[in-house]
Formats: sequence, C-alpha cells, structure tokens
Amino acid sequence: MDTAYLIQQLINGLTLGAVYALVAIGYTMVYGIIGMINFAHGEVYMVGAFLSLIGIIVMGLIGVTWVPLALLIVLILAMAITALYGWAIERIAYRPLRGSFRLAPLISAIGVSIFLQNYVQLAQGARPKPIAPVIRGGFELLTSEGGFAVTLSYLQIFIVVLTIALMIGFTYLITQTPLGRAQRACEQDRTMASLIGVDVDRTIAMTFVMGAALAAVAGMMVTLYYGVIDFYIGFLAGVKAFTAAVLGGIGSLPGAVLGGLLIGLIEALWSAYFSVEYKDVAVFAILVLVLIFRPSGLLGRPEIEKV
Amino acid sequence: MSAPLLKIEGLHAAYGAIEALRGVDVEINEGEIVTLIGANGAGKSTLLMSMCGKPRPTAGRITFEGRDITGLATHQIMRLGIAQSPEGRRIFPRMTVMENLKMGAVVTDPAFFDEDLDRAFRMFPRLKERQGQRGGTLSGGEQQMLAIARALMSRPRLLLLDEPSLGLAPIIVRQIFQVIREINAEQGMTVFLVEQNAFHALKLAHRAYVLAGGRVQMSGTSAELLGNEEVRAAYLEGGH
Repeated sequence: MDTAYLIQQLINGLTLGAVYALVAIGYTMVYGIIGMINFAHGEVYMVGAFLSLIGIIVMGLIGVTWVPLALLIVLILAMAITALYGWAIERIAYRPLRGSFRLAPLISAIGVSIFLQNYVQLAQGARPKPIAPVIRGGFELLTSEGGFAVTLSYLQIFIVVLTIALMIGFTYLITQTPLGRAQRACEQDRTMASLIGVDVDRTIAMTFVMGAALAAVAGMMVTLYYGVIDFYIGFLAGVKAFTAAVLGGIGSLPGAVLGGLLIGLIEALWSAYFSVEYKDVAVFAILVLVLIFRPSGLLGRPEIEKV
Repeated sequence: MSAPLLKIEGLHAAYGAIEALRGVDVEINEGEIVTLIGANGAGKSTLLMSMCGKPRPTAGRITFEGRDITGLATHQIMRLGIAQSPEGRRIFPRMTVMENLKMGAVVTDPAFFDEDLDRAFRMFPRLKERQGQRGGTLSGGEQQMLAIARALMSRPRLLLLDEPSLGLAPIIVRQIFQVIREINAEQGMTVFLVEQNAFHALKLAHRAYVLAGGRVQMSGTSAELLGNEEVRAAYLEGGH
C-alpha cells in the first residue's frame, strides 16, 4: 500500500467522478426546475454511449482517421440526438401530466426508462459491445520503490479537461445568460415567471435538453474509458449519479459536481483497498449517512427568506 | 370616446368547483387609473390573475387593444403589453435586485434596458442601493418597489397592481402611491389597481369598481363613490 498506488487510485476516482458529475448535473437541473427526478435520465446516458459507439465505428468506416476531429463530430452528433431524446421525454412523460398528482410523472418516466432499455436491447442486442481503444497512451508520473508506476492516460486528461470546460460553460450559462435566468426564475416561482412573459414550458423543455446533452458527453466518455457498453449501463450509472446529486445537495449545480467527484473517489478507493464487489454498497452507505446527518446534502443549504 | 384599452365582458372564473367570478364587466381606458375595491374574498385578485390567464376564464371575453386575449397562454398575454405586480409581490427570492429587474425586461428589446433601468432607479432610489442584494432579503416595502419596478421594465401599456399597500408602513404606502400617480401623469401609464385600502385608492384613481361576491356591485368616478353612502359604510368607515 504505497503512496504511488494511492495517487493512481485518486486519478482513477476523479476520472470516474467527472463522468458521474456530468450525469448528476442533468438530475439536479431537472429537479431544480420541476421539483421531480427524471427517472429516464440514466437511460439517456446509455443512449448517448451507444450513439458514441456507433459514431466512432462509422467514423472509422468513412475514413475520418484524425482522432480529435472524429471525436468532435461524434460528440456533437451524440449530444444533438440525445438532446432530442431529452426533449421527447419531457413532452411524452412529463408535460401531459403537469398539474396532476406528483407520482404520475415519475411513473411515466420509469415507463420511458424501461422502454428505452428494451428498445436498445432489441436494436443493438443484449450482449456487451466492445470497442477498440481510440485514445491510447499517457504519461508515467512516477514510479515507487516497489516498482508501481503511476500513469495518467491521455484519455483521463481528455475526460477531466472536457468536464471542467463543460462545468465552466454551464455555470456561465446558468448565472449569466437570459436562458439561465429564465430557468432560475421558473425554479423559484413558475407562476411569476409566466407573469413576466417567460414561456415556462419551453424553459422546462430546454432544461431536459441541456441535461440530456451532458449525459451524452458522459456516455461517450464511458464508452472510451471502459471500451465496453451494454443496454443496462444506464441503470446503475443513473442511480449513482442521482446519489451524487443528492449527496451534493439536489438542485445545486456545484453540489452535483462535488457529489459526482466524491462518489467516484469513494468507489475507486473502496475497490482498491477493500473489495470491488462491495464498492456500490460503500457508495450508497455514504449516501445514507449524509442524508441522516445533513439531509439537504453537502451544498444544498436551505435558505431563510423573508416572505 | 374611443374604444377602451381593455374590456372585460361577462367574465367567469373558478378555482376547481368554487366560482370566484360570476360575470364581471370592466372597462379600462387609455391613460386612466382605475381601481377595484372590495372586501377580502370578493374576487379582486382572481380577476387580476384571470386577466393574465391564471386561471383561464370559464366564460366571458377579455379584449386588449381590440384583440381577444381570452384563450391565450399567460406568457403570450404578458408579451402583448400587460404587466402585473401580483398579490404577495412574488419577488424571485434567490435572485438579486438587478436580476429581478432583468427578468422584468425579458420581453423587451435589450436596446431599451439601460434607459428603463435608469428610470426604475430614479423612481425607487432604494433599489439602486440594493441592486446586488438578493430579493428574499429585502424588506416588505423594498420588495413592493421591486415588484412595481420589475413590472415596468417590460414597458407595459397596462399595469396591473395587486394590493401594493398591503402590510406596509404608512410612509412607504404614501411613497408608492405617489409613484403610481407620477407614472400615470408623466408617462400616461394606464393603471388597474386592486386595493383594500379603499380611501387611498379612491383618492388616487379616476374611476372605480366595487366588487362583491364575484360581481361588480357598483361603479363610477372616484368622486361619486367617495360620496356614496353605501361605499362609505362598507369600505371607508372604520379607520382606513
């Protein structure tokens, strides 16, 4: 158990955490604006992963061999198509049920989730799909006396840098642009938002679209990182990203990022020092503890407001 | 006389099974301050909200600038040039004063923003001092100023005000009523004012409607209603 090994696990954990964070943002944004969990969000991420896999194969077939260009094209296409899925989920599972009892849209979203799983299983088959590594190589950071080499792969750098760039972009969008202001307004008082001329339906749809596009990025990262995907990956990733959002404080954007990174780290460290089999148990145990001692999450501070 | 800016005919509206408005007729002419007075639960706020499509009227017709707006979605109605400072002010609590004002200008050409902001700050200098502060931390009077300023940021042709004096200190009420008088006199803003404080409202308005049990019980010029025995007995006696 030397330091090099620990450093390696921290790197792995942060990479994984970045992926969770991107999915968690989708959960937290939708929760923020409609006060409900999008239970089909994990499946959107899975669809994003499949679109990336198909895209990368197609890029190879049509001869786009320069990796950065190929990945950029695949990323943009995956985000655009997945965004359509997000939009459709809002239109089909949420909007018609707005104003009905609170459980109804959750049930319909679970229905969409089951539908998407089965649809991908039928269309792509049930067996795991492998893909050859697209981004190879990396740096050797240091080697310990015991001969353990800490490596930071180019792929990990790509994942972390892309995540940070998206976080900065998203924070700017939410805090500084008219769309972000409209989203926050709908979040705080939907009736008042419509009374100043905000199209509330459109704003909510845009939130689903943005969350879905981020999930597509996460799906692509996971395809590249693990090199194998199947139709069922959305479930566990969805539950973990949801855990991340709750851990950080649901509704809070920085909270989702922090929660995602923590979940990634807990999972990597637990796998490294205890047992791989129980890594998910560790993650959910932490969630339980946080909910007992800090029910609003790490960054989700309930605010005192004058009425 | 030309057609009224806003015309409400036979308006019915309900919350679930409870009918709050039972055939209301109101006309508001350009450049007027019209007030709507009445007891608690008479349907005043419902009338203001159903003019904005929340709730949708169940029967009747609302025309604004000659156009039927009865079936339109709320945001579409607001985009036509109606703005409301609603009951309870409804400031966005976790947005700054400045962000609240920007939200008010959502439907306006951004080219007007600086000019409109400047006007809002001249009207309510307090808001300028507080511009970086979150809406939820303002005092009641400051929130009311912000609610009116936010409504004005959309450059409305018709301003709806719901109980701007509620729960405020008399000195703040006077200041707010003074601002309403000024925007009407100087900018020709048409104002539809809902008030429980009937005396102040009648002093300010040109014309008035009295709402009771979801119907217009009486209407006339403010002077007429101020002199009316029934109005005096029901709404003006008892320390208003």
